[in-house]
Parts: sequence; structure tokens; C-alpha cells
Amino acid sequence: MTPASSIKSSQAPDPEYDLQHPLECVGYDFGLSRRAFVKGLGAGLCIAVSLPVLAQERESGQRSRNTFLGTGAQNLAARIHLGTDGSITVMAGKVEAGQGARAELLQAAAEELRVPVSRVRMMLADTDMVPDDGMTAGSGTTPRTVPAVRRGAATARNLLIAFACGQWTLEHAAVEVRDGRVVHRGSNRSLDYADLARSVGTAKLFQQAIPADIELTPIKEWKVLGTSVSRPEAHDLVTGAHKYPSDIARPGMLYGKILRRPAYDAKLLSIDLAPARAIPEVIVIRDDQDDQFVGVAASTSFRAERALAAISDTAKWGTTPQSSGPRPSGSKPSSKDLFDYLRRNAEGGPPSNPFANGPSVAKTLRRTYNVPYIQHAPLEPRAALAEWKDGRLTVWTGSQNPFGVRGELARAFHLPEDQVRVVIPDFGAAFGGKHTGECAVEAARLARGAGKPVSLRWTREEEFTWAYFRPAGVIEAEASLDAQGKIATWYFININSGPNAVDTPYSIGKTDCRFIPSTPPLRHGSYRGLAATANNFAREVFMDELAATADSDPLAFRHAHLANPRLRAVLDAATSHFRWQERANRKDPNTSVGLACGTEKGSYVAACAEIEIDRQQKKLKVRNICEAFECGAIVNPGNLLSQVQGATIMGLGAALQEEIRFENGRILNASFGEYRVPRLEDVPELDIHLINRPDLPSAGAGETPIIAIAPAIANAVFRATGASVQALPIRI
Amino acid sequence: METRAETKTDARITFTLNGESRSVITDPDRPLLDVLREDLHLTGTKYGCGEGECRACTVLLNGESTPSCLTPVGSVNGQPVLTIEGLAHGDKLHPVQEVFLAEGAFQCGYCTAGMILGVASVRQKNPAADEAEYRAELQKHICRCGGYPKYLSVIRRLAEGAQTEKARI
Ligand code: FES
Ligand code: FES
Repeated sequence: MTPASSIKSSQAPDPEYDLQHPLECVGYDFGLSRRAFVKGLGAGLCIAVSLPVLAQERESGQRSRNTFLGTGAQNLAARIHLGTDGSITVMAGKVEAGQGARAELLQAAAEELRVPVSRVRMMLADTDMVPDDGMTAGSGTTPRTVPAVRRGAATARNLLIAFACGQWTLEHAAVEVRDGRVVHRGSNRSLDYADLARSVGTAKLFQQAIPADIELTPIKEWKVLGTSVSRPEAHDLVTGAHKYPSDIARPGMLYGKILRRPAYDAKLLSIDLAPARAIPEVIVIRDDQDDQFVGVAASTSFRAERALAAISDTAKWGTTPQSSGPRPSGSKPSSKDLFDYLRRNAEGGPPSNPFANGPSVAKTLRRTYNVPYIQHAPLEPRAALAEWKDGRLTVWTGSQNPFGVRGELARAFHLPEDQVRVVIPDFGAAFGGKHTGECAVEAARLARGAGKPVSLRWTREEEFTWAYFRPAGVIEAEASLDAQGKIATWYFININSGPNAVDTPYSIGKTDCRFIPSTPPLRHGSYRGLAATANNFAREVFMDELAATADSDPLAFRHAHLANPRLRAVLDAATSHFRWQERANRKDPNTSVGLACGTEKGSYVAACAEIEIDRQQKKLKVRNICEAFECGAIVNPGNLLSQVQGATIMGLGAALQEEIRFENGRILNASFGEYRVPRLEDVPELDIHLINRPDLPSAGAGETPIIAIAPAIANAVFRATGASVQALPIRI
Repeated sequence: METRAETKTDARITFTLNGESRSVITDPDRPLLDVLREDLHLTGTKYGCGEGECRACTVLLNGESTPSCLTPVGSVNGQPVLTIEGLAHGDKLHPVQEVFLAEGAFQCGYCTAGMILGVASVRQKNPAADEAEYRAELQKHICRCGGYPKYLSVIRRLAEGAQTEKARI
């Protein structure tokens, strides 16, 4: 175990962890011999190559902050464009995938510019046009990009004031900006942003850097921020007019398909391409440098599918030999023996509990929790349209990482980055599942081979198989209780799924909380809340078991260990709205309640769940969830509510249904028929309470509301059955 | 209007699309979804699974909510098909679209067109439909963003509206 690969409890969880840990890009390289760049992961079923740069970074423990955080706007012109016609365009490198970034950023700009939101056009995620604001990940838009946009807008407003005062030779105090105009109170003269745009010196002024310390509108004076501004793209969503990445078309465009390996470790030995070439309007694409790549492009996707089917039947497959790199111990696992495998391959082996032989304690408890691979399954599978023109490549795609995808494309095709343009239309969701650009790279390969623009839309099965997964994990927990029933020592090890929220938020004397990487058999990556889903599940379930061991009520037991006032506040809000005591005392053998809380990425959540159990049928139904959530000053209450509702429902899927099954390098449930995601009838009564803290800076909210759901339900099961839940999805 | 060149397996298929007669010459086995999106450039109908599970591809075929991914274009010959693009009358949104808009019932919106058409089909068949009838339709649709609470508000509003309407009569 290297120092970089474990996070000690004394260290704060690293918000940029998303980048260094689980992102395994496919390391395409079409300029040099592929082999020269291939670094075998030696990771069982894992995709054969990993991005060399990333692999090296992981080895040396370095991290590339730039990709995650971006460089931001180099000057004011990169952030805001004022048209002489009065138009205002604000540019940001974030993407809209349903989480409401577009509306929030619009509010940020309108607030500081002092204009109605309808006056501002928000341009997002076109690498030729917008500043690099980093990835749209880690709940970063609210705490980082909203302030960045506000600083730009406030700078522009100050320039408008300075411009007007210069024209009128007045003091700044004599004017005010409202409704997009600077007005002199005494004379009622006014000037607006179009006047500023027309003024000779403005272009030069916009070349200046945005001052980091520019004064922003205090939260208590917010007029636009803090309100439920509706989504600017709403009309196009209900008329079907909005163009998602899979809807974009270019003149002369073809539809692409890629030959997929029948199993992760399969190797193409031979294939007869003649049957596809015989079909009219079909182009077959091979790559001299990569004998494993076969693609087709055709005038319709139906024709492309037919062509692919015609040649897939002729393909002969072998198995890739184990490549170099760390050799996993034991044979490749299936989902059935996954957890043993992860434990066996934990780097340096699972460490032992340093408190095990400490002074004698009243009671100890040890548990192991297993969390499976699951899929993000965004409703729009990966899609990309690639077009080459005069050596320059443009790709429209759905990704959370526009500049990262540009970098991937540039590396793959040995182009300077300015020869690649990545455009991200608002797309059909991601949940941490679209950080990479594999579909973009594939579309670009097809387009280069076909000599025409090619649209590649992954099928649901491809998305389930070739996208990455939320990491599976094993969590070892051991704690001791003192004579007063308080936790004396706490040992908590997450193997494989990640360090997010691995530290306990409870006040405990001695703790050892760590993440230990393993050798993942599947390609894994980010997820909504990432490992906080696994860590908070295990911790909160373990807390209930400890409470029972201490003969204490779960709520009282948490209170006894909870100093953090923000976490306490959400716990108290959720339990009082839920009427926890009353419902917990009810004696109905088929009904039960559970609670859980947690914190991650600067926001706080607590949930209570009421479930109904059918012991005979071994079925459980969640009847009610009451969740309290706090993320500082609320930027857009309506959108926040949607995010909390959405995360709660996604959490229900992970708690009760979702699990990737695999065997022999194949995913066994790569369809919505076999991988059930929540539907309307699965949705319980939801009672959500958003706690506004205008005295605190705003934190992001797309992820954390998910982390209390599974443990609250599991704790309700434990309360009803007395049998502890030690795995997700929950089975009774 | 006609599209595409004729080949051996191609056939001429004529149907009423959003109130207008359209002809395509194409392989009748192609999914209606593909023909709408690729030949007729109506991309409001979405692909989500191709297996009838998600209903992002919903169209109204003879007024029935139908997954266009599983519907061979040859089978719609002579029948009326309505897609999301045909629901509004010019600038005037369909009442169901109005309610979705008013409730802000979408996150990524990728499922929304299918949901709207599903709800519209229930309402067209029974203007006095109650919540249970709407729920039965929405149960077929997946919203992976978990936007169901908003969709519930939509159908409750429609069902209540129908009740008030009934009470008035
Ligand atoms: S795409 Fe037709 S049901 Fe999913
Ligand atoms: S809004 Fe994204 S799938 Fe429903």
C-alpha cells in the first residue's frame, strides 16, 4: 500500500478525488504503434488499456487538478459578451444534464448584472467558445462556477457604472444599476450594457482579468439567486425541439456501429468483411494500427446494424492473454465471488484493526458490508457526432468533461488541442457516469475512416456493458463500546469503492478510517456521491447495530455521538417531521421505521423511512421517506427540490434493486428488462424538507441527498427482523 | 413528400404523420423510431432501450401510446401517427404540454416527450380519466432522473381538473 493510495482519517476527504481514483479512460492512440502506449492493467476483465498519463499519475500519486477544476476564464471577455444590440451572453464550461446548471448559472449572472434572467443567454460547454471551468462533477457547479460567473458579472456591472460616471462626471454613489441600466438618481439619465458595448474603450477593459476579490451581492440582498427560476430550455423540452447529442445531424452524415467483443477479454482473431461491403450505402472501417477495431457507417442505423450483424457472424474470437502489470490473485471473478476477490486483492491486504488489542472494553462488534457494481443508466446512452473538416475535428457529444474529452481526442489523434472542438448540447443525464469520451473517440475514428460525419449512438446494451460502473466495495467495520455504551474505538476500511465520506462524522475517541484500492475486475468510475453511497450505507447500518448492542435507541445513540451542529440539525428536522418517536413506538409487526444521516461535499442529509414487510413473500415496500437536506444558502429552491427527489429515488433503486451481474467477462443483465430501475409505483410518499442557511455559502446538492436512503431502509429492516443487513441491494 | 431511394427490399409506406400524409420508401422492417428520426428528421422521439421497457420512444398510433422502437414502419401503413412535434397547434401548446411546463416536470427531459404523449393518450381516450388511469400509463415509462414526483403532480392536476370539469356539468 503506497501512502497515496490510502486516506488516513486525519486527512480531509479530497473533493478532487473523482479524478485520480476511478476514472479509467480507454487509452486510444492512433498515431503511434498502439502497443508502445498500452499499459496492461492486469485487471481481470478490465478493459485492456488505460490512459498512460493517468496510469502514471496514479503510480506517482500525483493528481492533475487542471482537468477537474479547469483554468477558469482568463479574462472578462472569456466570461461575458455584451452585444451592441443589447444582447448579453455569459459563457461557462459546465454542462447541463438535467441537474439545472443552466438555470443556476443564469441566475448568478442576472443577479450581479442586475438584469432579468430573460435578458441573458447562457452558453455552455463548447470548447471553442467557453472558458474551461473543469468537469461538471463532484457537486462543483454551485460552490465554484456560480461564484466565478458572479465575479465576472459583477466586474461587468462595475464597468458599466464606471463608464456612466465617466460620461456624466459623477461619483459612483450617485448612480445605481437596475433592470440592466445605470441610472443617475438626480437627473434620471441612464445608460445600458449596449451603450457600454458600443463605447470605444470597452473591448480593452474586457481583456482584464476578473478580480478574485470583487465584491458580490450579499446573500440577504439576493433577488434572483435564491428564487425558483425555471429552466430556460423548458419550452423546448416539452415540444421535443431540444436537440440532444443523439439528435444532432450534419449534412452527409452517416450512422455508425462498432463491433464489440463478446466478452471483456476476447480478442478478434479474424473476420470476413465482405458481407458488409456487399451492402449498398455501407462503409466498413478498419484501422491499420489496431487490428481489434472494426466499425461500419451507413446511410441509416438499420443498415449499419444489418452490416455489422453480417460480419459479426464471421468473426472468430480468442482470449487475450494476461498482460503485464499487477497480477490479480485468483481467477477472474463473477459477481458471485466478487467480494472475496476484492478482499483478496486489497493492496497490501486489509490492514488489521490497530485498536484490537487495546485496553479492555465492554463490547466489540465486527461486520463486513458488501456493495455491488451498479450502473448509472442515464436514459440517453452515450452518443457522439464527429466531423472532420480541413484536418480539424468537431465532436458533439454528451459528457460531463468537455475539455477532458477534447484532450482525449487530441491525444488519440495526435492533434493540437486547438484543432479539436467539443460541443456538449444539454444531454440526457449522467449521474457521474459520463466523465469520459470513449464514444466521442469512436465516432471520430468512424468519421475519419468514412470521410464523412458519423453519428454513433450506443445502444442500451452497449451502455450497460462498455460504460463504466459505480465501484463495488467491501467495507470492514469494527468498533468497541465502553461501559457507558459509547463508542470507544472505530475501525472502518473501505476496499475498492473509494474514500468519499469514509471518515466518520461522529465524535469518537479513536478512529482509523481508510480506503484501500483493490484490483477491480470491471472498469469503474464515478457515480452520484461515489463511494459516499457505500461508506455511508455501511457506517449508518453499523451505527444501528451498535445502538442495539448498547441497548440504545438509534436516534439517542446518534445524538450521544453527534457534535456537528449542521448534521444534528438535519437529523432533528427529519425525525421531527417524520414523528420518529411516535412511529418507532408503534407495534405493527409488518411495518417498521429506520433512520440514517450523513454528510458529504459540504452538505448534510438525514432520512427516515417507513417500510412494509411481507415476511412470507420476502418482500419489502418503502411506504414513506422523510428527508431533510441542508446545503447552505439555497440557490434555486425549485431545482433543489427536484435534485433531492431525484437522488432519493435513485437511492431507492440502489437500495432495493440495482446490481450488475457478470460472469466470464460478460454482463448478464445488460437491459432495462433485467436491470430494474425505479418506476412510478416504486416511489413512496416523499416528504422533503430543504433547510435554507443564508448565513452559509452554497454547496452543491446533486449527490449527497442519495447517501441516507439505503441505510435508512436497511435500518428499518434490521429493526423489524433483528437480522442485520450487510449487503446491497437489501434482501430480506 | 417522399424520401430515400428504392432498393430491392424497400416498399412504399404511406401514413398520416402529425395530421399530414407522408410517404417513405424504405425497408418495412425498420423501426418506426428510426424512420421518424433519420428520414423525417423528427428527433423529439427518443431511443432509450430498444426493448419496449423505457417508453422514451412513445408515439401515438391510432391514438394508442406505442413504443416506436418495437414498431416496424411497415406496420403503420395507412394509420395515423402522432409524435411530440405534432402535439402543439403552432405556437399553442397542447394542454398536457402546458401542465408539464407549469409543473417544471423534467430534469434532463429525455423521457419527457414520451411521458407527455403517454399522458395525452389517456386524456384523449377519457377526458375524465382519474389518477389511477394516468398512473397505469406512466408506470410503463422510465424516468431515470427520478422526476416521478413532478410527473405525479402533472397527472393529479389533470385528474383534478377533470373532476372540477365534471362537477360543473
Ligand atoms: S426505446 Fe422504445 S421502449 Fe425504450
Ligand atoms: S428527466 Fe431525465 S430521464 Fe426523465
